[in-house]
Amino acid sequence: MEYINIFVKSIFIDNMIFAFFLGMCSYLAVSKTVKTSAGLGIAVTFVLLITVPVNYLLNKYVLEPGALAWLGEKFANIDLSFLSLIMFIAVIAAIVQIVEMVVEKFSPSLYNSLGIFLPLIAVNCAVMGGSLFMQQRGYSNIGEVSCFALGSGIGWLLAIVGIAAIREKLRYSHIPPALKGVGITFIITGLMGMAFMSFMGIKL
Amino acid sequence: MSNNSKVFLGPLAKNNPITVQILGICSCLAVTAQLKPAVVMALSVTVVVALSNLIISLMRNTIPPRIRIIVQLVVVSALVILVNQVLMAYVYDVSKQLSVYVGLIITNCIVMGRLEAFAMNHKPWESMLDGIGNGLGYGVVLVILGAFRELFGSGSLWGVPVMEKLGMYKIGYENNGLVIMAPMALILVGVIIWIQRSKDKELQEQ
Repeated sequence: MEYINIFVKSIFIDNMIFAFFLGMCSYLAVSKTVKTSAGLGIAVTFVLLITVPVNYLLNKYVLEPGALAWLGEKFANIDLSFLSLIMFIAVIAAIVQIVEMVVEKFSPSLYNSLGIFLPLIAVNCAVMGGSLFMQQRGYSNIGEVSCFALGSGIGWLLAIVGIAAIREKLRYSHIPPALKGVGITFIITGLMGMAFMSFMGIKL
Repeated sequence: MSNNSKVFLGPLAKNNPITVQILGICSCLAVTAQLKPAVVMALSVTVVVALSNLIISLMRNTIPPRIRIIVQLVVVSALVILVNQVLMAYVYDVSKQLSVYVGLIITNCIVMGRLEAFAMNHKPWESMLDGIGNGLGYGVVLVILGAFRELFGSGSLWGVPVMEKLGMYKIGYENNGLVIMAPMALILVGVIIWIQRSKDKELQEQ
């Protein structure tokens, strides 16, 4: 039950875009058509699902205060948590590179459809944010962390596909010239965020 | 206007990182519920952008192009760790409020965007000015948002209860709770973009 709770919570209540504004840059830049935005959304979900659990293990067994106790008595007092930022980003960059190579090898069609988005995910705030929130919220085991990562990714996917669908229709409407493009996208995202706020307080 | 002052002043208005280049939106929206964290965040980003631009620009001829992203990430994350430690040491409460967003300066698009677009092919001094200019341009928007949201959302400014001192509550004024919420930040940025683009017709999209 706890797993489902975390999963639903990270999709709707703690939505990466509407509640924490993470990954806004690619959200605004790529959401022009539904097809590409769905591709990017899937890629982000996939990378989150791999990097967050890996960073969880790294945090638990290397970085946390006292995490090195498994090496022996002498290491029990070492606190490496100040290194966590650089370690997380290194893990993310490395895993994105590996994912890129694996996808290219085993599924060239998926690789072609994701195109340039894959390498850019390394600098997507939503991915880094996933790892930092994982560290901050102190989930108790790897199952919970995986549910959180999958939920956040799906929440991000829903948001970007939603805005892309709206922007496709928006092309045919009359918008004040100064609001065209980015301006109206911000306002629509705000309105969508208000709709998502009504999920607050759901507990399964 | 000389080239250097153009590089420095451009990002403050005409080429503003947030409203024109659309970079670094995440943190700009998330930290502006109050003025103080917004100012601290703006200063941290300015320091990181200026120094990383300077360092990358000094190294630009020796970095192999294939691995430049990793090199940039390492330089930026080292600087962000320094900023994070300084914040935790001197302004602990603000650093608690900023939570993950200090760490997210690493993936802030302003930093990576300026490194790729400017520092990789300009001289160190120019690059540093560009970094400071972009950091301040980001800061201007942050301060506007932070001041507006704190004043109308919680009735205070920099922690000083301005509205209460002016006696506004006695004549029936109420704080607007929606302004502090996440969605309103997005709408406010939309409005700022709207105002800027109606003044400056060149920036409008077709």
